Amino acid sequence: MPVVIVDGKEIEIRAGERLNAIEAAARAGVEIPHYCWHPGLSVVASCRMCLIEMGTRDPQTGKIVMLPKLVPACNTLVKDGMVIVTNTEKVARARAMVEEDLLLRHPIDCPICDKAGECRLQDYHFQYGQGERRADIRPITSRKRDIGDLFLFVDRCIMCSRCVRFTREISGTSELMIVNRGTHEEIDVLPDVPLHNKLSGNVVDLCPVGALADKDFLYKQRVWFLRRKASVCGLCATGCSIWIEENQDRVHRIKPRENMFVNKWWICNDGRYGYPFIHHPSRIRGVVRRTTSGQVAVGWNEALREIEEKVRTACRPALCLSPFLTNEEAYLAARWMRNTHPESVIALGPVPREGEDERFPGGFVISAEKCPNRLGVEAIAHGLGNGVLGWPEFLEEIAAGRIDRVIVLAGYIKPWLDETQAETVRKANWVALADLFPSPLSDKVDLLLGMATYAEHEGSYVNRHHRLQWLQRAVRPPLGSRCVGMVFWELSGRTGVYQPRTVLAELAAELPYFSAATGEIPDVGVDLRVNQLAPSTAETQASTA
Amino acid sequence: MKPDSSEIRWVDEPPLTPAERSYLPLFIEGLTTTLRHLVSPKITVQFPEERHEFPDPIIYRGVHRLNRDEQGRVKCVACFLCATACPAHCIDIVAAPSPWPDREKYPVVFNIDMLRCIFCGMCEEACPVDAIELTSLYDLSGKSREEMIFDKEKLLSVYDQTKDLEPPRWMRERDVVEDQKTDSASGEN
Repeated sequence: MPVVIVDGKEIEIRAGERLNAIEAAARAGVEIPHYCWHPGLSVVASCRMCLIEMGTRDPQTGKIVMLPKLVPACNTLVKDGMVIVTNTEKVARARAMVEEDLLLRHPIDCPICDKAGECRLQDYHFQYGQGERRADIRPITSRKRDIGDLFLFVDRCIMCSRCVRFTREISGTSELMIVNRGTHEEIDVLPDVPLHNKLSGNVVDLCPVGALADKDFLYKQRVWFLRRKASVCGLCATGCSIWIEENQDRVHRIKPRENMFVNKWWICNDGRYGYPFIHHPSRIRGVVRRTTSGQVAVGWNEALREIEEKVRTACRPALCLSPFLTNEEAYLAARWMRNTHPESVIALGPVPREGEDERFPGGFVISAEKCPNRLGVEAIAHGLGNGVLGWPEFLEEIAAGRIDRVIVLAGYIKPWLDETQAETVRKANWVALADLFPSPLSDKVDLLLGMATYAEHEGSYVNRHHRLQWLQRAVRPPLGSRCVGMVFWELSGRTGVYQPRTVLAELAAELPYFSAATGEIPDVGVDLRVNQLAPSTAETQASTA
Repeated sequence: MKPDSSEIRWVDEPPLTPAERSYLPLFIEGLTTTLRHLVSPKITVQFPEERHEFPDPIIYRGVHRLNRDEQGRVKCVACFLCATACPAHCIDIVAAPSPWPDREKYPVVFNIDMLRCIFCGMCEEACPVDAIELTSLYDLSGKSREEMIFDKEKLLSVYDQTKDLEPPRWMRERDVVEDQKTDSASGEN
């Protein structure tokens, strides 16, 4: 096995593995600072921050010969016998020089820069730079330019060209470019071709300094006030791994979380800027019961009693599960329904679809299916129900009078049913609905329950490649609302706080489809097909694409 | 630990001398202190009829003010460093892109909850542009909790009220530099 020596420490790499010196050093626990290199982009070796001393060890004599000059680590593929040294005076001086050079033309307006606190220029300056500024330059205010989806703070840029390479290689739109030469270099767009594509928000994460700024997040919060929770985007079936960043129960931004099996380092703008619905004032809050005298707010205990009694005394009750529920919620609800009434039916809500899948040259796919958990909910419905109804059949059954009492667990973000469908559902003699926003159905139902969005409940989703990923709860639901899991946890007669981990363990034990989800769920999720025999090669390729 | 433990060392009071036993020396000593204070200058101030005079109002930590720049705009750049440094979490800022071409960011809302504030002066120390400063005003009062949350306008009005007596730091430093210049110029002459 090839051996690489990093700062005197030998590390083994797999034969045939293509690693550059930054990645190899990271395995040895040595951080090599870098600006322009990113694992998802091509290598340009232009920032010169990752300069290291490099040499080779003679396999026979064991003698080490070092190169006289420093080499960029990002552009140096490691091979057997390579020696990397990062802790010498020569390397430290090179880093300090790069830092000093970058700060010559930097505005140093950190107090008003949104990147401050997570800025590489700041971090590396404190770690590798020199304390004294030799150039007599006053702090300036950076020029600001609206380049379409984002703001560009021209003078903060350190010309790493990550954003330019991103638009060329990953989004394939090539809006950004470098204009002028030498110290006059700037990032810019053509006058009538602004930066506008579905992945443009990623260049803000890529930018190691504060040159590219979200219009959505601009000056809203300082980054050190935010707390982040690992979660999964709930807006399409791709199920990107995300960080939800919140402060005082308010989501302020969504950032991609690295997951090489799903979204790599990227997320789309729909997911990134699609969170404001969580705090929309028209959200359904608490429990509302419709009586002859109008709508009255009731407590949860009363609502639970009513649901329990109505389902138990029904002739043929139905439970409609939407693809926005977590697996745990869907399982608890379906399990309770089947246990409470042996004749009960399980139906599936409509699956929202918009257009076609959007594919990008870098391999990123935005799914046309605008819901996070269709596969998981369908597997649970088929595993627990006897004869699962699709949405049209469900409406037919109600219209034909074969279903008398209905619980609809919705949670749709966009309008999901029209007036006639709502009228059809209303034909049942008792209807309970859990939903996020008012819909044609919400003012007709007997019991209306406020529920939680993807940022407000804990649990798991199964994405379109059968990968189960865990969501952490980032913020609390609006006052009075509860997540569906909590409701059915109590209805099932369980005590204490709703524990989705326990529910997932039961689910994995009961349904073979979920059997891979036993034990701790890793950050990248688990592929539920690992326990199934011999997946076809076509499927494997599709999942890695 | 038990009373008979060897680690405990019992100390007895020293025996009183005959003079001490008469209590007279200590009595005289105490009365002398009282008499000295009777005739010494008074330092009690009859507040609110009289007000306390500070030797240096600049270093007193009283009510905050928000300084104005040369053009009369709020000097604060809404960097949130005061809110970050504040141990009482009494500063609430809402930032926005500024309406002026030469400034990038400014505070739309700048509230200080004077009831939560502990007047430690950390905000003043944290401020990178000397925009927030503590003045020598100490007698603040209000009829409700809401009234004691000082907003941007009120904090700016504190500046207008105190700027002549207590010039802001950036102005003082500028004056010092100019004084040095005139000093060195006169020295050359």
